[in-house]
Amino acid sequence: MVAALKAPGLARGALGFIVGSAFGFGLVVALRAISGLEVFQTEQTGYPHLIVPAITGPLGFLVGLGAFDYWFRWAVGKPTVPEDHSQHGAHTWKDYFKFNTDHKVIGIQYIVTTFFFFLAGGLIAMVMRAELAQPGTQIVDPGVFNGLFSTHAALMIFVFVIPVFAGIANYVLPLMIGAPDMAFPRLNALSFWMLPIAGLLFLGSFLVPGGAFDAGWTGYAPLSTGAPLGQSFFNLGVQFAGASSVATALNFLVTIITMRAPGMTFWRMPLLVWANLSTSLLVVAATPFIAGVQFMVLFDRALGTNFFQAAFGGDVLSYQHIFWFYSHPAVYIMMLPGFGIVSEVISTHARKPIFGYRLMALALIGIVVLSYTVWAHHMFVSGMFSWLRVPMMITTLLIAVPTGIKIFSWLATLFNSVLHLRSTAMLFSLGFIVTFVVGGISGVMLGMVPIDIHVSDTYFIVAHIHFVLFGGSVFTIFAGIYHWFPKMTGRMYDEKLGRVHFYLTLVGMLGTFVPMHWIGMEGMPRRVADYSSQFAEWNLVISIASFLLGIAQLVFIYNMVVSWRWGPRATANPWRAKTIEWQVSSPPPIFNFDEIPRVVGGPYEFGVPGARHAIMAGEEAEVKAPEPAVVGTAGGGGGGSPGTGGTRT
Amino acid sequence: MTPRILARLIAAMLVLAAVMSVFLLQFEWFGDAASEQREPIDTLFDVMVVLSSFVFSVVVVMLAYAIWKYRAKPGDESDGEPIHGNTKLEIAWTVIPTAIVLVGAIYSWIVLDDIEAKAEDRMPINITAQQFKWTFEYPDAGVTSNELHVPVDQQLEIQLTALDVVHSFWVPEWGIKRDAVPAGFGGDEVDDEFVVTPNEEGTYTNICSELCGFGHATMRSLVVVESQEEFERWLSQQEPSAGAAPADGAESGSGESGSGSSGASG
Repeated sequence: MVAALKAPGLARGALGFIVGSAFGFGLVVALRAISGLEVFQTEQTGYPHLIVPAITGPLGFLVGLGAFDYWFRWAVGKPTVPEDHSQHGAHTWKDYFKFNTDHKVIGIQYIVTTFFFFLAGGLIAMVMRAELAQPGTQIVDPGVFNGLFSTHAALMIFVFVIPVFAGIANYVLPLMIGAPDMAFPRLNALSFWMLPIAGLLFLGSFLVPGGAFDAGWTGYAPLSTGAPLGQSFFNLGVQFAGASSVATALNFLVTIITMRAPGMTFWRMPLLVWANLSTSLLVVAATPFIAGVQFMVLFDRALGTNFFQAAFGGDVLSYQHIFWFYSHPAVYIMMLPGFGIVSEVISTHARKPIFGYRLMALALIGIVVLSYTVWAHHMFVSGMFSWLRVPMMITTLLIAVPTGIKIFSWLATLFNSVLHLRSTAMLFSLGFIVTFVVGGISGVMLGMVPIDIHVSDTYFIVAHIHFVLFGGSVFTIFAGIYHWFPKMTGRMYDEKLGRVHFYLTLVGMLGTFVPMHWIGMEGMPRRVADYSSQFAEWNLVISIASFLLGIAQLVFIYNMVVSWRWGPRATANPWRAKTIEWQVSSPPPIFNFDEIPRVVGGPYEFGVPGARHAIMAGEEAEVKAPEPAVVGTAGGGGGGSPGTGGTRT
Repeated sequence: MTPRILARLIAAMLVLAAVMSVFLLQFEWFGDAASEQREPIDTLFDVMVVLSSFVFSVVVVMLAYAIWKYRAKPGDESDGEPIHGNTKLEIAWTVIPTAIVLVGAIYSWIVLDDIEAKAEDRMPINITAQQFKWTFEYPDAGVTSNELHVPVDQQLEIQLTALDVVHSFWVPEWGIKRDAVPAGFGGDEVDDEFVVTPNEEGTYTNICSELCGFGHATMRSLVVVESQEEFERWLSQQEPSAGAAPADGAESGSGESGSGSSGASG
């Protein structure tokens, strides 16, 4: 018992949480007592004796878990513990519950944790749809309902879609670029362990006085500055999720820029790597804005500052500007990694190089640049400076261009291909193209100010964001999970169940989100617990379809769990892909490579005789690599062929 | 791909786009229209329906054709043709969409100017939003009401204010929406005025469309558009208001959330 509490691990983490919380609680009580204040401040937004422990408790947990052991010894000048790799790699299932520095373990930790929150957020959505199946109040009262849609969105955005992509990339990306691990393995582990804290803070807000935060995931001030205690849990949860995101993004940037295998030039990187490079550029620069703005709200609530409280001279619209300066790029943070996944899957299962590889990479960078210039399209009716609307409309519509390039390039990749539909990953990728185009079209409509004025804050918006985040991001997440499942687990999943999952999800998704466009345009506002009876029929249809969508995910969970345990063994390269992660065993060795591979060509050289992407250790003798001429003309969006011998027709 | 197949694909795209457009244009997507401003917005949306049908058709036809034509035979483990790209094609699908969205942006801009054009003769109305009710003040007549009555075919110049949190004024049949922002330090910088010209007599609902707390879903008010005579008769029956500002303090304190008063929700 004592030994368990001394060694880093969950037991010591729990102890750290208790000590940290007690410290925070004691500090507040003592300071308030000394200052002659009421010891417990329980006004609506106050509760410092709960807010401070909500910060110090999780930090205590991280210290107890062992996240800082190595750094602390180093910082104070003690001899560091020699690296015996005991914290690296998983030998038993128990290793997944420890502070582990192996990017593959962290990737699995990320994916499993985020899917837990996906199911939690999904269940919350089911409760909402049950309430909305009929007009009037049946299951939850309006106050609870506001808390439900707020936590649904917070869970899905901050602890599912954003981090699950980080999880997939964590597992796949170092293998893909031929690196033994991420650049900063300890920071990587710390990034992961901040995530469950964020999710539990969001969920924990249901238990505090006043209920869960209910100002929407957007948390507009001054509704949020005056909301009950739960709102502070949202403010703090965003800090942990945001810090996790930023640290991971820095890690990806350094890893991608400095740790690529010899020979892997930028123009030989797989598009998933390009996508994560772009995403990380967005995360590091944009995420601090939401962290900052949530701190400002927390300070308004707890410390009496007046950033956004109109009654005391705060500036209400500033909140929206700062919030959307993060939250619009966040849409691309939630989409670009999916673009990368789809490129890998389509190229592999169509047995063809990605059409217009360089323009595909440049389109990602174009989206990164443009996405910083469009935030105010969320504010066309907010009463902001009216002259800002037209420039923001133009940039918003222009962002359709790089997105369109990606769609057309994927479609062109399918032409003259040998198209295999046997993999569920491919089904989700092709399904994604259709659903995402619908979301893109409604996005262009929303970008036009006159249309936006009418449909802003209606169910049309709800339909649009679910088409891009479910039909877009979640479809690509499923594609990625199915595609790399054999690599991650060393087992094959059941394709029949995969197809059942895909078709049920597609039907459920269309049935749920298509009618939302119609009722929104006709006059149903979003975020309402009750609605006019004219929308009753469609809401019932939506609710039934949404339950189908929920049930479909159980098929997925069953398939994943059973296949992970009992599925047939996977070979190293079941999809006959070219990228490096498929050239090592499934699952890969703990240290990835005995010897770093040498990259000699583009990543998608399907059909090019004798072309290789990488030469693995021990193959040097057998293969005489055809040295490709590295074509240097990058300009014009379609210069030279990135590969060895293909053609540009 | 031979030119003949290309021609057939393009024909399929156009046919599908035409069928979709004709079908989709049968519906009144935005519901009944009852303001001068709704007409250009509805037209813009109809144009977008046609354009979107075309874009959707291009994608779906290409995808369906590719799946039908290039689907691997069972046991075919060969690779596709190593085509890495086509510079002309890539330039085309960069330049053409750019041109289309820029034209769309200019058209939207024109519509925007159109729906915000101010008439010579405008009737001012001050609207105050608070958790969870609306108050309508007619400054010329010195009258306040909980219902919005307006004469038909008269441009209204509406000024919005909020007392506590952000609300949003929206009459779907008018197609115009604007947030009511509690004026703080930057109060003068908030663009809280808009014009709208109702042109159909009838009874409508003003729906609060910005989440404002516990009572958000039911924060609505009656909107009556009537003839000038009926409007004046109604106006004369109203109690004159004491001052410009509606009664405050009774409903809610500043910055306090309505969901707080419903603490039972926890």
